[in-house]
Amino acid sequence: MSREDVLVSTDWAEKNLGAEGVVFVEVDEDTTAYDGGHIPGAVKFSWTTELTDPVRRDVLSKEDFEAVLSAKGISNDDLVVLYGGNNNWFAAYAYWEFKLYGHENVKLIDGGRKKWELDGRTLTTEVPERKATSYTAKDADLSIRAFRDEVVASIGVKNLVDVRSPDEYSGKIFAPAHLPQEVSQRRGHVKGAINVPWSKAANEDGTFRSDEELTALYGEAGLDGNKAVIAYCRIGERSSHTWFVLRELLGHKDVKNYDGSWVEYGSLVGVPIELGASA
Amino acid sequence: MCGAPDQAVSLPVGTDLGKQTVLAGRVVAGGAPVGGAFVRLLDGTGEFTAEVVSSASGDFRFFAAPGTWTVRALSRSGNGEAVLNAEGPGLHQTEVAVA
Repeated sequence: MSREDVLVSTDWAEKNLGAEGVVFVEVDEDTTAYDGGHIPGAVKFSWTTELTDPVRRDVLSKEDFEAVLSAKGISNDDLVVLYGGNNNWFAAYAYWEFKLYGHENVKLIDGGRKKWELDGRTLTTEVPERKATSYTAKDADLSIRAFRDEVVASIGVKNLVDVRSPDEYSGKIFAPAHLPQEVSQRRGHVKGAINVPWSKAANEDGTFRSDEELTALYGEAGLDGNKAVIAYCRIGERSSHTWFVLRELLGHKDVKNYDGSWVEYGSLVGVPIELGASA
Repeated sequence: MCGAPDQAVSLPVGTDLGKQTVLAGRVVAGGAPVGGAFVRLLDGTGEFTAEVVSSASGDFRFFAAPGTWTVRALSRSGNGEAVLNAEGPGLHQTEVAVA
């Protein structure tokens, strides 16, 4: 696995607009961002309705994932190139979900929408029309998804990486400073988790830091490269960003995203929680 | 659109400026507002805290805590930053010039 297998540059993206077999997909935290302008030819995924179940708190079912991709005109053999706002948070979440359902040919635009805009590249409000397909997903690959019981069982056994901001980790606040406070019952972090905020893995233009910088970052934070890793955040999107870094960029073999994350864990009865800043 | 920063910052209903520390401001280039700038809030140690996109009128807003903050803006017109000292709760405003 190398960067070229999982990332494309904005330059590559611009040169491949409209290319046969390549589908650009925008996923934003602000689900209206696409409507105000997007990369020409890109289709929109709303993370609130087209990547998560509208009723249960969960990813889409396999059948719903197939239905959404079919309706968007995405084929099994298409290269899906994902990008989005907010440093690719939700694009990384989508990437993880595409991998979960076995779509191997998927990449992120390094820097996402921010880099594209800072480069001064074209945005359009024109919505492309794509012919519906008949997409077939694989069964969910649970080697990349952690559930709550596994997280509890992993305390003191696996690397638990809390990728939220230091104030969320220590228990000072429930959610990031620019968001409404979606409330778990308790504040703090999973006992024994290390804190490596997702933002440390990105440059200010949204691109990922170099492999050398990333290796040093997690090494200094105490990540044991010989043990499996579970990453979590608040609702599982920032941890997808770190999951991408650890598994797809740095090549750690056993990395799972705990998408239940703090909103679930902080509401469980009787599980180990710690307060306070990282050591 | 010129002159002093807009003092009538619109805040969500229920914002209590006696308790909340709100950092707000406008991104400008040569006196003109810059919409669509990426505005990053860095804490007293320079650590990233949050990021928002400025509105069409160049405005941005963060809910933070008392302390010293750096507001850094990235845009196609250039980058710039400003330091805000929020000694206590209330509305703290600044202008960030990019070039």
